[in-house]
Amino acid sequence: MAAAVLALSALGLSLVFGVMRVVNVAHGEFFMLGAMLAWWTAKMVPGGPLAGFMAALVVAPAAVGFLAFLTERLLLRRIKYDPEATIVATIGLLFVIQQLALSLFGADAKPVAAPFTYRIAFPWFGYSGYKLFVVVASVFILVGVWWVLARTRYGLIMRVTQFDRETATAFGIPVNTVYSAVFVAGAALVAVAAVLIVPIQQAHYLMGLDPLLMSFIVVIIGGLGSIKGSVIAALIIGMADGIISVFFSPTLASIIATLAVALVLVVRPQGLFGVTAR
Amino acid sequence: MFLHLAVIAALFLAQFAASEYIVLMLTRIMVLAIFAIGYNLLFGYTGLLSLGHAMFFATGLYAAALGTTLMGLTVPAAFAFAVLAGLAVSLVMGVITLRASGVAFMIVTLMFSQAAFLTVLYFGEYTRGDEGIVIPDTIRKFAFLGFDVDLANAVLRYNLALAFLGCAIAFSLLIVRSRIGHILIAIRENETRTSMLGYDVQRYKLAAFVMSGTLSAFSGACYALMFAYAGSTLASIQYSIHPLLWTLLGGASTVLGPVLGTGLMFVLVDLASSYTNANLLMIGVVLILLVLFFPKGILGTIRERYWKWLP
Amino acid sequence: MAAVSPLLETRNLSRSFGGLKAVSDVNFTLEVGEIRAVIGPNGAGKTTFVSLVSGRLAPSSGAVLFEGDDITRLPAFKRVRLGIAYTFQITSIYGNLTVAENVALAAHQPGAKSSLEYLERVGLAGRAAQIAGTLAYGHQRLLEVAMGLALRPKLLILDEPTQGLSDSEITNFIELVRTLSKTATVLLIEHNMPVVMELAHRITVLDRGQILAEGAPEDIRANRAVQNAYLGTADA
Repeated sequence: MAAAVLALSALGLSLVFGVMRVVNVAHGEFFMLGAMLAWWTAKMVPGGPLAGFMAALVVAPAAVGFLAFLTERLLLRRIKYDPEATIVATIGLLFVIQQLALSLFGADAKPVAAPFTYRIAFPWFGYSGYKLFVVVASVFILVGVWWVLARTRYGLIMRVTQFDRETATAFGIPVNTVYSAVFVAGAALVAVAAVLIVPIQQAHYLMGLDPLLMSFIVVIIGGLGSIKGSVIAALIIGMADGIISVFFSPTLASIIATLAVALVLVVRPQGLFGVTAR
Repeated sequence: MFLHLAVIAALFLAQFAASEYIVLMLTRIMVLAIFAIGYNLLFGYTGLLSLGHAMFFATGLYAAALGTTLMGLTVPAAFAFAVLAGLAVSLVMGVITLRASGVAFMIVTLMFSQAAFLTVLYFGEYTRGDEGIVIPDTIRKFAFLGFDVDLANAVLRYNLALAFLGCAIAFSLLIVRSRIGHILIAIRENETRTSMLGYDVQRYKLAAFVMSGTLSAFSGACYALMFAYAGSTLASIQYSIHPLLWTLLGGASTVLGPVLGTGLMFVLVDLASSYTNANLLMIGVVLILLVLFFPKGILGTIRERYWKWLP
Repeated sequence: MAAVSPLLETRNLSRSFGGLKAVSDVNFTLEVGEIRAVIGPNGAGKTTFVSLVSGRLAPSSGAVLFEGDDITRLPAFKRVRLGIAYTFQITSIYGNLTVAENVALAAHQPGAKSSLEYLERVGLAGRAAQIAGTLAYGHQRLLEVAMGLALRPKLLILDEPTQGLSDSEITNFIELVRTLSKTATVLLIEHNMPVVMELAHRITVLDRGQILAEGAPEDIRANRAVQNAYLGTADA
């Protein structure tokens, strides 16, 4: 379950890094915003949790995507996607979003009711139907993104842009538009992940840091910019995190995971599944 | 050189004119400016952007705090212990993280720093986590070279911080003007080229990393001992971003830039705090504006346009 | 002289990139005092070959010997200290530093002003205080050479030094390399055939990662295999 949502949020980061070669440190805050918006939509939309959930699935990605669009236009484009400047600027963005969320929504955790509460009874344990739905939905989206990347014209355009900016321009690909689209798509994906997770894990203005670090971990292990790698890594991490947490305290588990991943990045900068960058 | 002495002199004179509140604030600025100076050695001069300097600051902070409260060290011994700890931690971290470069280096330092932060929380029994360690005043009173020193004394504390800051500025100037300083700048400007001129780039980067980390640890020790407090917030990611912000604001790769940036940011936050307590917002906005419009910072821009000689 | 080992020798030197053999089993010797040109069509592995010699790339197999010592495992910066200088194909200078500081760094006296001698040799002494990035392209190439000189190399590797230079600059450049060769052995990678023919004592032709031919300029000019490899592009 954790692995599925993790893969989804890491996918956004990976997509952006893969095509644009920049790391968006505010990625976790997009996640947090998605969750906050899900809560806000659920509160605003009458007609029960299901209606709220459906509305959130539209509102959250749209709003976060729009913010991402502004970020790309007003920030990243101006600094010419310089990798280091982007990190510094998105750190700034992280603080801004976090503070605004705190001021607008307050510091308390916000619960959101699940759209349905059907429990599936397996012979040996009961399983929340909603959790299962999250897994299925995530897998569905992952496959969808993969399909777009591997099988469609848009995917081809993205891969060409990823390969070489100049060549892409020479082939008449509107690189700027592709960058915008990818950045927006990355943010929208993480917002969807947030909407899915929020009935299980409450919305809170500080919730962005964990998924950010986890997304870092997943993307690094999976090889920066490799989508297949990200998904595999998300599955491993999601399960490993569960397993390690059984034996150690959550803090220690996080320490171990963080150190392990940092070491991966040191020893194999291209990731465990990645290919060497040119 | 003259300019730097003038800054020190101005800070010395300031204590006679300023209110108690301002003296305290200036003390804090000076201590943290040492942190920024250390950061600048790595970021400004060597071109390595670390997102994990909180771990070095925290190393000094906790070495001093735990050293005095748990290990029974005197204050001078705690300073020495903190510097040694900073040296050791930055050496080990440098050897590991410098294998990565560019964006990978930034992320690796960020993650190690996060691991260090979590470690502080994990050993909450000793570090008291969020709540923090308070160093009792009895420990902060000690005899040193025949003088009775009381770190709770605001005036003494101010002048001690000033002396330390003066040393840090002098050290930074010395490094920048030395052979190694020139080579560090060469590495920043063109690493491959520098290596192909026969310089052991890795070794110089490590040297810069260790100097930077140790100076940061020293600043952390000052903070703990002078303000009698060490808490986990001071080890969090925010404290990795602070020195970056201060350095960027004042002007990376200028000796006084980090000092100016630290001071200015404190003043900004202080002014803003009368309207709102949104200082994160402040930090974020300043960071974004700097990256967009003033990537060279205040002194960097001044150097570019007017005073080319500024070190 | 016969007992002295050659300045540079490679033995079965190979390097492949993901299955593609960029340099394959190259056995190459270079004597002290020579000007040697390495030519070959695009993608023949010339730059890969000199990168292996200079240590910028590690070989997949084989060995590099310098003055008889095996330096295969030596990192690039140590090879520079032994006397192997490499000037980049794409100009790689410190664009934000002064011309003088560029050369001073190369002479391992950063911050010092002793670099004038090398700048004089390439004719840039008058521009010592200029910021290197503001030099005209041709002058940047010359600065690159001055930096190579300041390393006091035994072996100076010039990777396509005349690329982008005007005809008059090339004429001066040929003179410069001649003077250089009195103090250093020169390994020259060059596309410009007139330059090669005029300068080189011997020529090595690389094709698809292997040595296709080696000999005096006139022999190479007459060599059919070489003509075929170039498909007439090297008729000059």
